[in-house]
Amino acid sequence: MAITKKQSTDLSGVPTKSKISRGGLAKQVFEYAPAPESIDHVKIQPRYGLFIGGRMVEPHSKKRFPTINPATESKLAEVVDADEVDVDHAVKAADKAFDSWARLSPSRRARYLFRISRLLQERSRELAVVETMDGGKPIKESRDVDIPLSAAHFFYYAGWADKLEWAFPNRKPRPLGVAGQVIPWNFPLLMLAWKIAPALAAGNTVVLKPAETTPLSAMVFAEICMQAELPPGVVNIVTGAGKTGSLVVSHPDVKKVAFTGSTEVGKSIQRAIAGSGKRLTLELGGKAANIVFDDAPLDQAVEGIVNGIYFNQGHVCCAGSRLLVQESIAEPLLEKLKRRLSTLRLGDPLDKNTDIGAINSRAQLEKIQGLVESGIEEGAELYQPECVLPARGFWFPPSLFTNVSQSYRIAREEIFGPVLSVLTFRTPNEAVEKANNTPYGLSAGVWTDKGSRILWMAERMRAGVVWANTFNRFDPSSPFGGYKESGFGREGGVHGLLPYLELN
Amino acid sequence: MDVRKTYKLFVNGEFVRSESGRAYRPDGKVNVPRGSRKDLRDAVRAARTAFPGWAGRTAMNRGQILYRAAEMLDGRAAQFVELLGSGARARRELDQAVETLVWYAGWTDKLSQVTGTVNPVAGPYFNFTIPEPTGVVAIIAPEEAPLAGLVRRLAPALCGGNVVVALAAESAPLAALTLAEVLATSDIPAGVVNIISGQRKELLGWLASHMDVNAIDVAGCTPDEVKAIEESAAGNVKRVIKVTSKEQSPYLIAAFMEMKTIWHPIGV
Repeated sequence: MAITKKQSTDLSGVPTKSKISRGGLAKQVFEYAPAPESIDHVKIQPRYGLFIGGRMVEPHSKKRFPTINPATESKLAEVVDADEVDVDHAVKAADKAFDSWARLSPSRRARYLFRISRLLQERSRELAVVETMDGGKPIKESRDVDIPLSAAHFFYYAGWADKLEWAFPNRKPRPLGVAGQVIPWNFPLLMLAWKIAPALAAGNTVVLKPAETTPLSAMVFAEICMQAELPPGVVNIVTGAGKTGSLVVSHPDVKKVAFTGSTEVGKSIQRAIAGSGKRLTLELGGKAANIVFDDAPLDQAVEGIVNGIYFNQGHVCCAGSRLLVQESIAEPLLEKLKRRLSTLRLGDPLDKNTDIGAINSRAQLEKIQGLVESGIEEGAELYQPECVLPARGFWFPPSLFTNVSQSYRIAREEIFGPVLSVLTFRTPNEAVEKANNTPYGLSAGVWTDKGSRILWMAERMRAGVVWANTFNRFDPSSPFGGYKESGFGREGGVHGLLPYLELN
Repeated sequence: MDVRKTYKLFVNGEFVRSESGRAYRPDGKVNVPRGSRKDLRDAVRAARTAFPGWAGRTAMNRGQILYRAAEMLDGRAAQFVELLGSGARARRELDQAVETLVWYAGWTDKLSQVTGTVNPVAGPYFNFTIPEPTGVVAIIAPEEAPLAGLVRRLAPALCGGNVVVALAAESAPLAALTLAEVLATSDIPAGVVNIISGQRKELLGWLASHMDVNAIDVAGCTPDEVKAIEESAAGNVKRVIKVTSKEQSPYLIAAFMEMKTIWHPIGV
């Protein structure tokens, strides 16, 4: 199938909506020539099977669905909607592979993971392009963040595979068995790496279900497993929608469930496997506060705010979606922020200059639109820079709301889009109160020049990751995960091994 | 003639009757308050209020307080041995409970050194991970070993800075209710530990579904109870802590902890 790319950065007229104020603070004075990433080196197959027992197999399920490029709405490939029989095959293959994988000499397990890491690096550009075409994220993000971090994650956990007894003093760590893993569409390959690398390093085998809208990089990963000559059944990948995911997590031979996604689905999984004795880790939603004090370096803070909420179109569970700004600097900060928004380039995700790509799916776009409308209705004031949206595909301009009250839906619910809610505070205590006033607890940001205040704030944030004078940084050695309804368990670092081990 | 004691619930540092006015007689003689949903809610509110203060104590101070609880318990050894049925077994259980408190008292200021990390991230950032208490923890005390069983779960939770609402063993609640008197004289701030007696069948569901409880320890529950608790716990993504082993270990403290990772750039 030919892969067409009709998008260009020359964005043509879509009428602006009423009710929204369009800023023209600093109109771009020059144009950028298109700089599209080449795609001729990428081969996407017209249809994919399932990766079970070390090879791509024909499914039992007769149902397939298309995966599309959200920037063009054109079909990229067809994938299987795996059914109960398919999932059972995958789990059986993983179960069969478990004994020998767990008993394999740890240093050889490590070598397989090192191999995978290297193969990810070798095929990095191909993976970046696939990730961007299938998911809509800007190529500079998939190229510079998703793929390198995925490779680094495998490299990091490869090193742990033969050092587990050093990680947990006084214990003999043992693997659990088959891990059933379900991942989201916002960082498809990176989330795959976060799930598979520690599971394999610890000696488990896995059945992974990628997200419905972004299955393709996982299919390339299946090829990589074959290239690495990973023993059959150690990694199995089944595609499908929510139903397939629920079959994976509730399969009786799955001993460990790991899920990243919405809090709503996470709760339903926790309910579904109640009483089963399965181990569970959940990495769920967030509504992070990004807190800017009056002594913060404003230009740096503006960059951090932009990175916090507009990175990956705001499809980030730890996004800094609530800006808490100290009242005395609200005006100058917002002016700088609005000016910065007008320089963000929205358009073809494959263009190397693009800052904001396509919204991942029509469903997600409608969810964002619905929440933004609720914000307007509840009385908040919407600001969007002048920004022409492409005629085809799913797009949403970078947006910010002022006059937001804590009770508004846009201040309480995870929007998972490029929409920032701005609130103000006067005292550090008020900032703490407002920041923690959410059922979520995934991340928080603090911007101030005062060291003691950074530590004071960091101590008080009920959140698993605190970024001080930075935001949205990730590293394989750095544990990531939530407090409260943002889930439990950590991914990354030595702490990320624990969910995949029995400590006897 | 004895001056008999009226057994009461322990909520927010006070000894109170059940708001329901109900009692039950697990041993056929002594009236024990039969706590209600409202009593649990009062206890959770007291615990939540006490949480920042207890979590904010220095680790050393928490250790001193837990150690004092061991002193107070040991000082009342004879009373507890009698409550536990006298004999060598009762004595052993009391000794175990004291030892557990002493052991965890010594962990308060070591846990973050053993479970925390400084992470070598690939960039100019200082990055570290520390354990922090998860918040309000509900503990269902096991029916066997009504004192040591409870203390084995209570001590690691408190050690890390959590606050607790404990449900006493239904069939033998007197040791737990008397433990409240020990805790009340150990400088443990009001609300940090709350102890409710009553009927598990009536109360478990309310604890498991309470939206302001962060974790629930099901050491004392049957498989059926665990299943029901896990289903309700999903309502606010509670951590369900299942420890069957009787050992003491920093891994058991860590089960009540969250890991927080903090990043800061390095630069001039």
